Amino acid sequence: MRDFGSFGAVLTGSLMAALLSTSVAAKEDMSKWIRPDKVPAPKNNQITPERIELGKFLYFDTRLSRDNTVSCATCHNPSLGWSDGQPKAIGVEGRQGPRNSPTVLNTAYQRHQFWDGRAKSLEEQALGPIQADVEMDMDLDKLVERLNGIKGYRELFEKAYPGEGITKDTIAKAIATFERTVVSTEAPFDRYAKGDENAISENAKKGFALFTGKGKCNNCHDGFNFTDGSFHNLGLGDSDIGRYKLKKRAAWFHAFKTPTLRDVTLTAPYFHDGSIKTLEEATAVCGNGGRFPNSKNLSPLVVDRGLTPDEIRLIVDFLKTLEGEPMNITAPSKFPH
Amino acid sequence: MKKIVTLFLFTAAISTSIYAKDWVVVQKNKTFHPNQLKVKAGDRIIFKNDDGFAHNAFSDSEADEFDIGMQKPGQDVVVTMKKPGKVEVECAIHPNMHLTIDVEK
Repeated sequence: MRDFGSFGAVLTGSLMAALLSTSVAAKEDMSKWIRPDKVPAPKNNQITPERIELGKFLYFDTRLSRDNTVSCATCHNPSLGWSDGQPKAIGVEGRQGPRNSPTVLNTAYQRHQFWDGRAKSLEEQALGPIQADVEMDMDLDKLVERLNGIKGYRELFEKAYPGEGITKDTIAKAIATFERTVVSTEAPFDRYAKGDENAISENAKKGFALFTGKGKCNNCHDGFNFTDGSFHNLGLGDSDIGRYKLKKRAAWFHAFKTPTLRDVTLTAPYFHDGSIKTLEEATAVCGNGGRFPNSKNLSPLVVDRGLTPDEIRLIVDFLKTLEGEPMNITAPSKFPH
Repeated sequence: MKKIVTLFLFTAAISTSIYAKDWVVVQKNKTFHPNQLKVKAGDRIIFKNDDGFAHNAFSDSEADEFDIGMQKPGQDVVVTMKKPGKVEVECAIHPNMHLTIDVEK
């Protein structure tokens, strides 16, 4: 009889090592999906309670628009997933903007703001919609003058930014600070990522496996915020040239930023043009080759991955587990006067 | 005289190619490896896409402006650093990818 003892021991050892490494790898893989404890903020605009309070007032105050009818919260409404439920943003006098209102959620973690990434900070972003004629249509100099005429704001600005006064900069900084408090709350998936096997359903687990496997959704929707901040053309076929408008760089033609999937159940309709109503449709467009597969500069990642309707439903079951606990944010009932 | 000039230019070209170095920058896990380089003018950067999806590398720096376009997985693209200065490189698809190249004389 041949002695398989040592071979068996080696085999067992190898299997053990393989299993161990698989287990370690699995843990490492899950760690990247876990939400960070801290929110980043620039050195010259650290987060303080006074700045949050001021920013919150400004965010909800319609007096930041030319005709006192529109606030940041009009298009980025906390009760609508920090978006507005509309295909495209609607500003003063019912003017429709060119794109869907992106959620404010977790923008604190993003390097580029807006669908085309034209702003490189929340501070830079904050002043854009205030001035846009299809949004708040407000001249910044007039806004500074208007806010300076309100005693309550003069006091709040002095508390938040002592000695800096009410300026375009401090308005932007305060709004950005409030937006940095708009971060994900714990979702069932977070508990699952930390090891609670019962936090999500078996179908959602299968959906997550498809998300990171056959569907390769995590090629772009990567990390705890389910976006790697990349820009892609998904072949939706509309006339918006996206990031290409900033500079005629070939890779930017019709390219738009990959949005977060956190709380994605709350932010329909989807994509930069708001043309997709359901998560099932959105998953099918991304996972099965785009709406117009022959689009110029179509992302090479947008290919037909052969996802079946059942598999798409499983991925959507997983996406639903990214919806966090409701946030404890209420709009101010009274504003500075 | 013409022969002398031709010989001089030929020698200069040969010496440039002899002294120019190649530097490999690997694009892996949506990161440039390394993400900082010190090279000399005339050196070549070989961008090597080791990810399973497309990348890009471009620079709008004053010292050098280039755009390698869509770079497929597994594809190598060579860019020669032309003149001294700081060259900031980014991926047009993944703007979180950054590389700084200090190009010396």
